[in-house]
Amino acid sequence: MKKILFIEDESALQKTFEEILSQEGYKMISALDGEVGLKLAQTEKPDLILLDLVLPKVHGFDVLKKLKENQETKEIPVIVLTNLEGIGDVEKAIELGATTYLVKADYSLKELVKKIKKALGD
Amino acid sequence: MELKEILNQLNVVSQCRKYGLSLWQCPQFLFLLMGIIIIGSAITAFLIGTRYVADPQIVALIVLVISTILLVIAFSIIHGFERLAEANRMKTEFISIVSHQLRSPLSNLRWALELLMSGRNNLVSEKQLEYFTIFKENIGRMQELIKDLLIVSRIETQTLVLKKKEVSLEDLIKELISEFESFAKACNVKVKFQAKENLAKVFVDSSQIRQVVENLLDNAIRYIKDEGEVKVKLEQKGRKLYFEIKDNGVGIPKEDQKYIFQKFFRAGNIMKYQTEGSGLGLYITKFIIEKSGGKIGFSSQEGKGSTFWFTLPIS
Repeated sequence: MKKILFIEDESALQKTFEEILSQEGYKMISALDGEVGLKLAQTEKPDLILLDLVLPKVHGFDVLKKLKENQETKEIPVIVLTNLEGIGDVEKAIELGATTYLVKADYSLKELVKKIKKALGD
Repeated sequence: MELKEILNQLNVVSQCRKYGLSLWQCPQFLFLLMGIIIIGSAITAFLIGTRYVADPQIVALIVLVISTILLVIAFSIIHGFERLAEANRMKTEFISIVSHQLRSPLSNLRWALELLMSGRNNLVSEKQLEYFTIFKENIGRMQELIKDLLIVSRIETQTLVLKKKEVSLEDLIKELISEFESFAKACNVKVKFQAKENLAKVFVDSSQIRQVVENLLDNAIRYIKDEGEVKVKLEQKGRKLYFEIKDNGVGIPKEDQKYIFQKFFRAGNIMKYQTEGSGLGLYITKFIIEKSGGKIGFSSQEGKGSTFWFTLPIS
């Protein structure tokens, strides 16, 4: 079963995603802040990371940078999933090594699941 | 301070960009300009003074007085612009923060609702589905409004970036008409599209132009009272592509026509029965078309319908 690490501080979203991802046959690992996210990425070695940007302890961009600097986690694809849409945010994320930058407000749950499956090659 | 930091501070253009203001409103650029003017004026005063005034002390005094006056003027001008630049930066930051904070709970609501409505892990009664649909539509309205407000704020702070690429306008329109099919059917409106084959492409921001066509299509369908027809046409006229959308809807009253592209404006005749709508769609549409090198216009008759058109230069 493929593993997806969801680094997101909103517990409501964690609950929704846990449900939908398990319905789709994935195991979801949850991290409510950047620090825990980095630890779990290393110990769990997920097949995909969904990363929010506005996070407690370590900001999403710093998490992304550290993930890509670490030999053990740099190959894991990362989808940035956020409602931040500041100027230069998308370019910065791609530059730091994110696979895609998705603005939460632009996607339905169904469309998001399609993007996740595509990133996992399913 | 590192050399890189010092060079960065001296790079006036990049310093000004963070304020989102033009160079002529940027305090750093104005400071540099006033500095050059003061030095130039001091040297000029000195040269003229030494030519016409014998006493060097008087020359020095003249140079000092002129420099001081110019310095005071420069200080007050720059101080004014500094406050403007800071207010502008705070406005941009405020809107960014607020839109993120508003969007987050809306995304949470929307996705939790979609999960419930999917009925995959629980039975949903018809009545429940009816009300869930009301929730979903209204969440959608709030999300659209925040999106429009964000675009408007970027337009006003001149920070809206258009990512241009070659786009087939014909394909984009066909795709949108297909997406609007269920909405048009629900409004009892037939949408017809007429375009020649293999039209030239345009060099535009695909998502922005998509929003333009969506706005125009939505307006054309939405403001038809009963049964109606919307005719969309796309053709090449010289070095331009010409898009036209004609409806037989309620039309725009003559006295409202000059305001139609203004922010938050909604014509009097549609406000009576359609309270939805922010009045931002056409303002955004006009900006995007003009920024893409095109023109936009319309003709309308109250009770008969409207024809909106725009042109875009071909790639």
